[in-house]
Parts: sequence; structure tokens; C-alpha cells
Amino acid sequence: MNVVEQTWNWFTDPASWGGSGGIWIRLAEHLGYTGMVLGISVVVAVPIGLWLGHTRRGGNVVIGLTGALRSLPTLGLLTLFALWIGIGLTAPVLALVILAVAPLLANAYAGVAAVDPAVVDAARAQGMKEWQILFTVEIPNAVPVLFGGIRNAALQIVATVTVMAYIDLGGLGRFLIDGLAVRDYSRMVASMLLAAVLALALDGILALVQRMLTSPGLVKEES
Amino acid sequence: MTWLFHNLSYVGELTWLHLLQSVLPVIIGTVVSIPVARFAAVRRSRGAEGAGGASRARAGKARRGTVVNAAALLYTIPSLALFVLLPLVLGTAITSLTNVIIALSLYVIAMMVRSCVDAFESVDAAVLDAATAVGYRPARRFWAVELPLSVPVMAAGLRVALVSNISMVSVGAVIGIQSLGTLFTDGLRRDFTTEIIVGIVLIALIAVVLDRLVALAAAVATRWQVRS
Repeated sequence: MNVVEQTWNWFTDPASWGGSGGIWIRLAEHLGYTGMVLGISVVVAVPIGLWLGHTRRGGNVVIGLTGALRSLPTLGLLTLFALWIGIGLTAPVLALVILAVAPLLANAYAGVAAVDPAVVDAARAQGMKEWQILFTVEIPNAVPVLFGGIRNAALQIVATVTVMAYIDLGGLGRFLIDGLAVRDYSRMVASMLLAAVLALALDGILALVQRMLTSPGLVKEES
Repeated sequence: MTWLFHNLSYVGELTWLHLLQSVLPVIIGTVVSIPVARFAAVRRSRGAEGAGGASRARAGKARRGTVVNAAALLYTIPSLALFVLLPLVLGTAITSLTNVIIALSLYVIAMMVRSCVDAFESVDAAVLDAATAVGYRPARRFWAVELPLSVPVMAAGLRVALVSNISMVSVGAVIGIQSLGTLFTDGLRRDFTTEIIVGIVLIALIAVVLDRLVALAAAVATRWQVRS
């Protein structure tokens, strides 16, 4: 029996799906971790990026910081925090938030800072307050770039959550680690197929949300 | 620190493996991405196209969309999934260097194609027309005019891909692929933070040094650029 058949058998076996260690539970865990990390990262990074973009200051700091964050290996942070902080969710969530902050901060900043200064000045000349300019002019104009950052962060998180199983947490990576331990290649393949499909689905949903949130005035240029 | 000195040859070997997996895929990925992107890039504002210009422009746009979307789709797949799934297609062992290099190359292509397309499209069409007008043939025009002019945007994309790849290499350690990431899995197993910190510092160091090298090479390749 080859790997493809074995993988197929694993998928079609009801026992793989149900129960406390089944696919449904692992999927739910994976999505839960991803949502939590994305939520925290957005709350931390996006307001800072938007504000810096609005004031158009600190561009070099943002670029330097995101570059530095990108070069930090997430697996290294994950294992280091796991040893320092101990078992539980805090260590991996912290490591993943550090990973996700870079694209969010960079894109929130770039999106707002790239809005045509003439548009911003026009809004100011109309007597709009600074927060009104940010929320009704700059952020709507920045949605495509800002959302690009959110999608990128979501992809990186959903991919890296797989590694959380390495420090004895759940998620789809559990099947990978368990399959590796008993040399069951088909289970590893199955789990990574699930992870890839999940990433594709998540990105597709976010793309739809992005399209709904983008002002029609910004889309016209494309077609 | 004493741990590092006692294990210099071990760390050195892992560093070498890490460098190999960091640099080779980026070179392969770039070499593949440039022709693909050149094929997909749409030149804007080209005056008289003659008969069929409009339909050709539409075909060009469709081609660009297909290539860019395919790259985006590839980027969506987690790297760990590529490591595990690729052997099904290639028939290699998961931990073999060939498998890792090909998986990471695919990932670099996914990141680079988009920025290479942008790079070619950043070249002013008038400059290319001028080159043709003074007698450059297509091949020479590409090497002497178009490619050099697209270096700045391309280099920016290359640096992002390179740095991301260097940190991504370490993830392979989870399924037993040797690199500096092995220090993380080993350190965790032995409850030994020094080993992990050494790994993080070395990886960040490799990222900084290679990133500076690419930036420097790009600056040398674009001496005509006005620098502030």
C-alpha cells in the first residue's frame, strides 16, 4: 500500500475525525490559536502603525524594526520562551505575536503614509479634525495595503502554529509530530495537506473581506 | 559561552548547512523568477500598438494575473507542508538536502516573482523605446538597459526573500532537517537555553550580514542612481 492510499485511508477513517485527538478538535485548536495571535498582534501593531503613518514620522524606525523582527527565527523564540516561561500558551503566543507584528506594523504605516498628501490637506482644509482625517480619509484609502499586511500576518501565523505541537500543544502540527515519532509518513502528509488547505481557505476568506471593505473608488483604477 | 567553545565544530557544521540552505534557494529562486516575471510583466503606456493592440494588452494583463496569482497561491502553502509534501512528487527523502533546497526555492520564487514583475514594470517604457531607437537589439537591450534599471526594486524584494528564508530554514529542524534550527530543538530537549540563544544570535547575524551584502551589491550594480 503506498503513501497516497494510506493517506486516503486515514482521511476516510471516521476514527481520525472524531474524539479528543481527532481532526475536528485539532482544526478548532489551530484556528483558535491563529485567531488569538492575530487578534493580539492587530491590537498591538495596527494602531501604532496607523498613528505613525498619520504623523508621517518614524518611517526609518518602522523599516528597521520590521527588518530586525523578520530576521528573528520564530522556532528559536518559541523554544527559548518555552524554557523561560514554561508550559502553556503564553510562550508560543508571545513568539508568534512577535512574528506577526512586523508585516502588520509595516503595512499599516505604509498604507497611511502613502495616501496622497493633497487628499489629506484637502480634508484638513475642510476643517476636519485629525482623528476624522485618520478614520474617514486615511484608513479607507489605506485598506488595500493595510489588509495586505493582515493577510500576510495571518498566513505566517497559520503556518507557524503548526510548530506549536512541538512544545506539546495541539493544532494540526500534532499529527505531524506524532506521525514523525512513529515513522507514519501518511499521517504527516495528511496533516500537512490539512494545513495547506486551511491556509488557502483562510487567505481566500480574508481576500473576500478585503474586497468588501475596499472603497469602490479605489477598485475602479484596477479594471 | 564555554558551551560554544566546546562545540565549535558542531556549531560550525550546522552554520555551514544553514548557510547552504539560506543562499542556494535564493539564487535558484531568483534565477527562475527573473525570466518568469519578465514574461508576465506588462509594459504600460506604449503609444501606438498597431492593429490588435487592445487585445494584446488584454492578453498581457491576463498572463500577468495568472503568474502573480500562482505565485501568491504557492506562498500560501506553509513551508513545513512543502517539506513534507514535496517528497511525494520528487520521490526524495524528507530530510534530504535536495528536498529542502527545492522546497525553499519554490518558496523564494513565490516571494520573488511578484517583486520582479513590479521591478520590470518600474522601468520607464520611454527609456526602452529610446534604447530600441538608438539601435539596441532585444537581447542586448534586456541585459544592458532593462535588467540594470530594474535592479533597485528587484533588490528590495530579494532582501525580503533572503531574510525570510534564513529564518524559515530553521523550521525544518522540527522534522529533523539539520541546520542552526537543530540547536533550538536540541536545546529544548536538553532544557539548555544557551544553545538556543547561540542559534538565534547566529541566525540573526547571518541575516544581517547577507542582507548588507545584497544591499551593497545592488548599490554597486546601480552606480548611476543618485544617492542622498
